[in-house]
Amino acid sequence: MWQPSDSITLPLGDWVDGFVKGWLAPNFRGVFHAIGWPVDQVLQSLSGFLHAVPMPVFTIVVALIAWWAAGRGVAIFSFLALLVLDLIHVWSDTMTTLAMILTAVVFCAAVGVPLGIAAARSDRFARILRPILDIMQTIPPFVYLVPIVMLFGVGMVPGIIATIIFALPPIVRLTNLGIRNVQAELVEAAYAFGSTPRQVLWEVQIPLALRTIMAGLNQTLMLALSMVVIAALIGAGGLGLEVYTGLGRLDIGAATEGGLGIVLIAIILDRITQALGEQRDATAPGLLDTLKSLFRPGRPGRQARQEPRQAA
Amino acid sequence: MTEKLSVKNLCKIFGDDPDAALAQLRAGRSKDEILKQTGMTVGVQDANFSVGQGEIFVVMGLSGSGKSTLVRMLNRLIEPTAGEVRIDGEDIVSADPEQLRQIRLKKIAMVFQHFALFPHKTVAENVEYGLKVQGVPAAERRRRAIAALEQVGLEPWADHRPQALSGGMQQRVGLARGLAVDPEVLLMDEPFSALDPLIRRDMQQELIELQRKLKMTIVFITHDLHEALILGDHIAIMKEGRFVQIGTAEEIVGEPADDYVSAFTQDIDRAKVFAADSVMAEPQALELSKDTPRSALERMTELKRNALYVLDGDRIAGVVTYRGLAGATSGHGGDLGAALIREYPAIESAAKLYRLYDLARGELPVAVLDDGRLVGVARQGDIFKQLAAGAGEAEGAARQPAPAGA
Ligand SMILES: Nc1ncnc2c1ncn2[C@@H]1O[C@H](COP(=O)(O)OP(=O)(O)O)[C@@H](O)[C@H]1O
Ligand SMILES: [Mg+2]
Repeated sequence: MWQPSDSITLPLGDWVDGFVKGWLAPNFRGVFHAIGWPVDQVLQSLSGFLHAVPMPVFTIVVALIAWWAAGRGVAIFSFLALLVLDLIHVWSDTMTTLAMILTAVVFCAAVGVPLGIAAARSDRFARILRPILDIMQTIPPFVYLVPIVMLFGVGMVPGIIATIIFALPPIVRLTNLGIRNVQAELVEAAYAFGSTPRQVLWEVQIPLALRTIMAGLNQTLMLALSMVVIAALIGAGGLGLEVYTGLGRLDIGAATEGGLGIVLIAIILDRITQALGEQRDATAPGLLDTLKSLFRPGRPGRQARQEPRQAA
Repeated sequence: MTEKLSVKNLCKIFGDDPDAALAQLRAGRSKDEILKQTGMTVGVQDANFSVGQGEIFVVMGLSGSGKSTLVRMLNRLIEPTAGEVRIDGEDIVSADPEQLRQIRLKKIAMVFQHFALFPHKTVAENVEYGLKVQGVPAAERRRRAIAALEQVGLEPWADHRPQALSGGMQQRVGLARGLAVDPEVLLMDEPFSALDPLIRRDMQQELIELQRKLKMTIVFITHDLHEALILGDHIAIMKEGRFVQIGTAEEIVGEPADDYVSAFTQDIDRAKVFAADSVMAEPQALELSKDTPRSALERMTELKRNALYVLDGDRIAGVVTYRGLAGATSGHGGDLGAALIREYPAIESAAKLYRLYDLARGELPVAVLDDGRLVGVARQGDIFKQLAAGAGEAEGAARQPAPAGA
């Protein structure tokens, strides 16, 4: 049976190949180099720092931070987890991975929060941004690994770039949501007293959206962690590489050690950042309220505080 | 009284093409017709009023009548579609963004229905907010915030979060936040509507006292006619985006412009709206030095009165009654002073009628005074006539659909 492809070929692959290799890569090498450069700088300093800190000092400091932010249970867990990571000899890989994901998160926050703010202030920008974020969240990361390698080469930096693309959407979305859900009357009050838009943003909107923004940061962090193994495919080192090479050699021992490291780091970071978010002013609308309000009829977020308060 | 705020032909239309809707409105179409044909909502239509320095101007109307839209156009939280708003002659509608910001910083403050306190700031920081955005140094603005909190009796709560306070206290903070910037005009959008009735009454009293002290110009929004009558020097009744009547409390209750207004006013306690001067009659006083018991009796017969006040120059010497004089003339011929009653009921002309009930119960007419001078006399019959005047109209109005939820 004849089918169209017998007679006609749509050479999409060739086009893309030609576009990326023949045009984008040679003409914009400088641009991609410039994008990679700050990422590399942040990574180098974080990595240098984390590898320089002695393991016992690092463990104790993390345990103390966990105690302050999330209480005793998380502190004990963090202490033991880091101890285990050292005992199974993946400490250095752990620090490499940590440097990598922290770098990715720093850039996600640096790019994502301003984008979220811009989206909250302009419906039009939000409409443009939304499908882009949808695409970023639905494309499997394997799809953009190849162009990234072509444009950035292999190594840690392209791995981090892929991680940033994958982990960026939640912080943008939740920053947008958090700011939009600040009670309209509060924003009105701020303007009524003569605030500039910038003052409204810093004095009212960001502080009240902070809890939601922190929840976005937490999600971004978790997504970044889930990219660790995939980034190892294009030359990023650390725990992900342990797992990847373990997989290649069917070395279940090494793969398990790397995998355990990723899981333990994920739990520690998740608990600490979650607790940091909840410590924020209890009166700011929480993530749950915020999400719930989206499914209620009427204007989101306005219902929250209307009940008369009869405390004191 | 100097004019502080003046509003001319102020309109707001919500929708895509407000100018087209405005043209239809000017051509005489109604709010409903415009909504049906174009889908646009007429928020406020041709509001005209002016508020004198130190006056409270109250806008009363049901929910959805456009009150919030009106008050928000005064500081342009909502952009007017057409019209003028002037403070001290300076047009706000045509101000550029920076001028507008300066006006909001220095001249107009606002108090909100649901308080709109910033939950992440302390009470003092909330009160300081207007000063902070003005760029006032921290120590100075703290001092002024505490002073404003003292005026509403909340300085002990300065460093608490607003959520720790009751509704009434929170709105006092909202009021202090407005007072702290020392505004020339204070806008209040249903500030007491979210409070319990008892607390609401306290807050009304407190506002009246503050107003007496600070002499601010206030635009006050409410859906409660009682509140409007208590607070307003002038009151505008709003319906579907338009003013149906503007006047003093006595004018609104005494001469409702239409059935809509009288439906509101019918169950108002007129004794608390009308003052003594609304029921007083000409004093027709006698003069101690000129009048004799005989001339006094003749005057009473002529005027059909049972008692008349007697003046000694500017001062009230006392009151004489027909019965008292009739006895006096039959006995000895001459002196008005002998029949003079020196204990008589008296009241200030601005006092409300309910304070007259007890005074008017005796047989003597009540002397109505203005700065100690006799300006009229109030008799029991006239008081009851005034109080009953609403009843007839009320029966007529009762057949109209009553405004729900007023
Ligand atoms: N942003 C808006 N968009 C469209 N219509 C509005 C908007 N704000 C208010 N309205 C309409 O304008 C009218 C007056 O509203 P509002 O001023 O809030 O009334 P009030 O404060 O007296 O209850 C209502 O019909 C309301 O639905
Ligand atoms: Mg309103």
